Amino acid sequence: MDITLPILILALPIAMFLILGIGGVKMSRKVAGVLGILGMGTTATLAYIVAFTYFFSGNPDFIIDGVRLQYQVFDVTWLAFTQKLIVNIGFLLDPISAMMLVVITTISFLVHLYSWGYMEHEPGFQRYYAFLSLFSFSMLGLVVATNIFQMYIFWELVGVSSYLLIGFFYKLPSAVSASKKAFIVTRFADLGFLIGILILSYYTDTFNFINLTSNPEAVLTSTGGATFMGASVLTWAMVLIFTGGMGKSAMMPLHIWLPDAMEGPTPVSALIHAATMVVAGVYLVARMFPVYCVVDAAMTFICVVGAITAFYAAVVACAQIDIKRVLAFSTISQIAFMMVSLGVAYDRPIEGVHYAGLGYMAGMFHLFTHAMFKALLFLGAGALIHAVHSNNYTAMGGLRKYMPITHWTFLIGCLAIAGIWPFSGFFSKDEMLAAMFARHWFWGAWMTMVAGLTAFYMFRLYYLIFWWEENPHYKEHKPHDAPWQMSLPLIFLALVSCVAGFIPFGELVTWDGVPYHIHIELPVAATSLSVAVIAILLATKMYRVKNDLPTKVKNFWPTLWEAAHRRFYWDEIYQFVVHKIIFGIICRSIAWFDRHVIDATMDGMAKVTNVASNSIKGMQSGNVQAYVIWFFLGAVALAGITWLCLV
Amino acid sequence: MIFDNLLIWFVVIPVLMMAGLGLCRNSSMNAIRAVMVVGSTLLLALAVWLCVDFLCLRHNGADAEMLYTGSWMWYAPLNIHLAVGVDGISVLMLMLSAIIVFAGTFASWKINPLPKNFFLWFTLLSTGVFGFFISIDMFTMFMFYEVALIPMYLLIGFWGTGRKEYSAMKLTLMLMGGSAFLMLGLLGIFWHSAPEGGVPTWNILEIARQAQIDPSWQRLLFCFTFVGFGVLGAMFPFHTWSPDGHACAPTAVSMLHAGVLMKLGGYGCFRIAIYLLPQAANELAWIFIILTGISIVYGAFSACVQTDLKYINAYSSVSHCGMVLFALLMLNTTAMTGAIMQMLSHGLMTALFFALIGMIYGRTHTRDIRQMGGLMKIMPYLGVCYMIAGFASLGLPGLSGFVAEMTIFVGSFQDADTFHRIFVILACSAIVTTAVYILRVVGKLLLGPVYDDHHLTLTDANWFERFSTVTLIVCIAGIGCFPNWISETIQHSFAPIIAAIQGGAF
Repeated sequence: MDITLPILILALPIAMFLILGIGGVKMSRKVAGVLGILGMGTTATLAYIVAFTYFFSGNPDFIIDGVRLQYQVFDVTWLAFTQKLIVNIGFLLDPISAMMLVVITTISFLVHLYSWGYMEHEPGFQRYYAFLSLFSFSMLGLVVATNIFQMYIFWELVGVSSYLLIGFFYKLPSAVSASKKAFIVTRFADLGFLIGILILSYYTDTFNFINLTSNPEAVLTSTGGATFMGASVLTWAMVLIFTGGMGKSAMMPLHIWLPDAMEGPTPVSALIHAATMVVAGVYLVARMFPVYCVVDAAMTFICVVGAITAFYAAVVACAQIDIKRVLAFSTISQIAFMMVSLGVAYDRPIEGVHYAGLGYMAGMFHLFTHAMFKALLFLGAGALIHAVHSNNYTAMGGLRKYMPITHWTFLIGCLAIAGIWPFSGFFSKDEMLAAMFARHWFWGAWMTMVAGLTAFYMFRLYYLIFWWEENPHYKEHKPHDAPWQMSLPLIFLALVSCVAGFIPFGELVTWDGVPYHIHIELPVAATSLSVAVIAILLATKMYRVKNDLPTKVKNFWPTLWEAAHRRFYWDEIYQFVVHKIIFGIICRSIAWFDRHVIDATMDGMAKVTNVASNSIKGMQSGNVQAYVIWFFLGAVALAGITWLCLV
Repeated sequence: MIFDNLLIWFVVIPVLMMAGLGLCRNSSMNAIRAVMVVGSTLLLALAVWLCVDFLCLRHNGADAEMLYTGSWMWYAPLNIHLAVGVDGISVLMLMLSAIIVFAGTFASWKINPLPKNFFLWFTLLSTGVFGFFISIDMFTMFMFYEVALIPMYLLIGFWGTGRKEYSAMKLTLMLMGGSAFLMLGLLGIFWHSAPEGGVPTWNILEIARQAQIDPSWQRLLFCFTFVGFGVLGAMFPFHTWSPDGHACAPTAVSMLHAGVLMKLGGYGCFRIAIYLLPQAANELAWIFIILTGISIVYGAFSACVQTDLKYINAYSSVSHCGMVLFALLMLNTTAMTGAIMQMLSHGLMTALFFALIGMIYGRTHTRDIRQMGGLMKIMPYLGVCYMIAGFASLGLPGLSGFVAEMTIFVGSFQDADTFHRIFVILACSAIVTTAVYILRVVGKLLLGPVYDDHHLTLTDANWFERFSTVTLIVCIAGIGCFPNWISETIQHSFAPIIAAIQGGAF
């Protein structure tokens, strides 16, 4: 394949970043906006061409005998650490990276367009577009990485762009602390990622994904059975690498940054904190999937973390007031869904399961559909916030009459995430649940329950925004639908959410490139669909018109509601550990020790010298008699010593 | 003819600059600036030319350990030569020094009072630095080292701020204490430098080739030289001159000091302590790994609670320079390459930091982060530069800090025993702590609401400040984006040193 297009896909966004970042100050908003949108539009077109070529051209580089291959378009040396450990910057095409190219550029382009309306009156418009371009560049570089170190490089860049975008309204202290929190929590996770990479590369002598994943057994043997604290070093490496994914994908207990990240502009939340960056962790696991498969403990760890997180986030989402926070927790929960789905998958046949790799395919499918409908929901939330100037549903209610486009598209998003046929979420969720039931009934049952919760809190949100009771403020300030730049992405994404489920995804994306024919598993589908319908009916009963049922439920166990509303106090725990223990005790005592022990010792030496010289300087008195006495005493002492020595 | 040697000009140009400055009056600022700009540009051009020429020579197969070598007898009874020569590492260090002298000149464009005297001492300081990096004779090296140290006292004591006399005295005394150790170490190496019956020599290359220093002597001398250079490299527990010294020093001096002078420590550590005493280095590395490991973590944690901008960067330097020595002690090519890259990266980055702090301080007249806030709104250019410096410091890919740290971590991880592993992981953890203190400063200083309404009237950077910072940022980004040629140059230069270490292991 010609390398021009792939290079341009990476080069255009970074060029846009530099142009808008350096020259932005001198540009008018219109020029900056048009440049940003055009740049991203071109990138998206190129990405579509590349993905289309990969999937459908039939080129023997990409597909042989119906099996899709991994193909490195280019791979150039960037930094050689040792003879073998070489960091390359390259472009890897395989089913998941081609899919991600489509997802990222689509959402990014829509967000660019949407922001033109949404951010119109904000200062720093040019800077905003520059950061969006930087983010798109980093994310694209991450998904096409040919080696784990390139992924780490772009992983960090993604973190920084996220920091810059969350803190975009940098005059607000809340935005500043949210961006800081996001960066530091993910950095902490990246420490694990880094150490994992170090361990893995030490034993395998390579960073390259194809080398690592094409022969996972060799990876396993390369460690020579070395163990550390009871677990094999490979388990450690893979779990640590997954820690990086936990940070970016906001898995428990590293989830605390994502809800706060909603301080950023809403289109940013749609792009970064719903559709693209937060699935980087899932993508990482998918990328390393064959290696994870030979490390059972790591796979179990992924499942457990995912299952706990999914449930936790779903419960918390039921008790949030801020609509963006509900969506944030819903994102956490859905990503955890994908994680469990990957965790139950397997790279070789297992007994009683007709296709062990189903979880992988389903997880990727859900990643795709989720990106679309979650971006839709966030952009819808942005339109709502734009209209009522508040993030809380308490300022909304009864909006369906005022904002029909937002209403219908939001409803489609809710139906999709709840998993109602024929919307996209149904298909991907069904495959995921089928994979989980196939592995063990427990995972299936647990995640079906989470799916039910999802349907419940999403429709709770939907009814509280669009039904319930009309807010009296509308008389003074009548909300209306957003301008075309904002509505167009909503409509487009709603359409995608309606039809994406019918994409024969299994034909395109599987872990080994062998096509798989998706078929609906009737028992699983029936169960999950009925659970979702029951949850929606319950939400309808509670929230469609104003009544006191919600209050009653809340008062039934107020502590639980409060705890869920406060996210089970995770933030407080972290605040305590960071502020009181790390800053208050460790850092302060080290700083004190430095000034009062080490430095005082140095000063003390100087003082001792001063004191000593002061005390003997009296000897240089200028008094001749004293000198004579000292001379005499000295002579006697010398004579005495000489005598002693001689004798 | 001595002047045929390209390297000598690194010392001659500063001397000529000093002569030129001597002819100027204190009041004729433009003449002083002209001398400084012409001189530092010449130095930079010379460094670039040397770098290109050096790479071409290497490319064309000049595989001697040092190129451009020259040796002139200076004092025969003690066999002292003025011996010069450079390998890839020295070339890069000369480049770094030239860049920082260049940027420092612009950063102290409006120095007051007594600009002539300031620049005289400043140039003398850079003479010492350049002389140190071109020397391959331990005695001349030591002499230049001292030449670089002494002007610090006057520069800080006279042009500094705050408790300047105290800090100047403390810095000078502690570094002199270090040189006392160093002198002992160098003398020891000198006396043991010749095989039975030979003439002792100061020349590093000759010593490395011929000396067979007794292991017990090696151990002693290694401790002397490593501690001696370690003091300048801000090794725990000999680092306390750094926070006070930096806090009081004027901008350009902080830049040159943190940017280049602290690198003399690291440079000396591998060029003399490790290269000439390889056996002891193998045996005793663990002691200093512990000390430098502590430096890394300790400096980072201390930086987290400081409130003075310069203290934050001084402690951060303790942490980053700790990383340099730490990596050198891993005694393998990759980690040591990382150490040199970290020197370059830290030099540029800290110089940028101190330049920016000086510029901010010049406007707000405070360095206390509690007294400032929201400066990004008021001085966007300086704010953005500060953020870039911060990102370089916390290891953002695309800037120099990342490549340096990653090379260090990957290299250090090649030692498979538990002791090394623990310390490497400890060192890795600094990437989180660094993020904490950098973002803390950025958050308080640049972002958020404007703290003091008086600051609203302040201006953004002017042309010479922009020039100074852009130079440094371009270099930082250059290393960060295209690290491989630097890495290869350094790795190649380490070959003889690594061979010595491996020879010393048996």
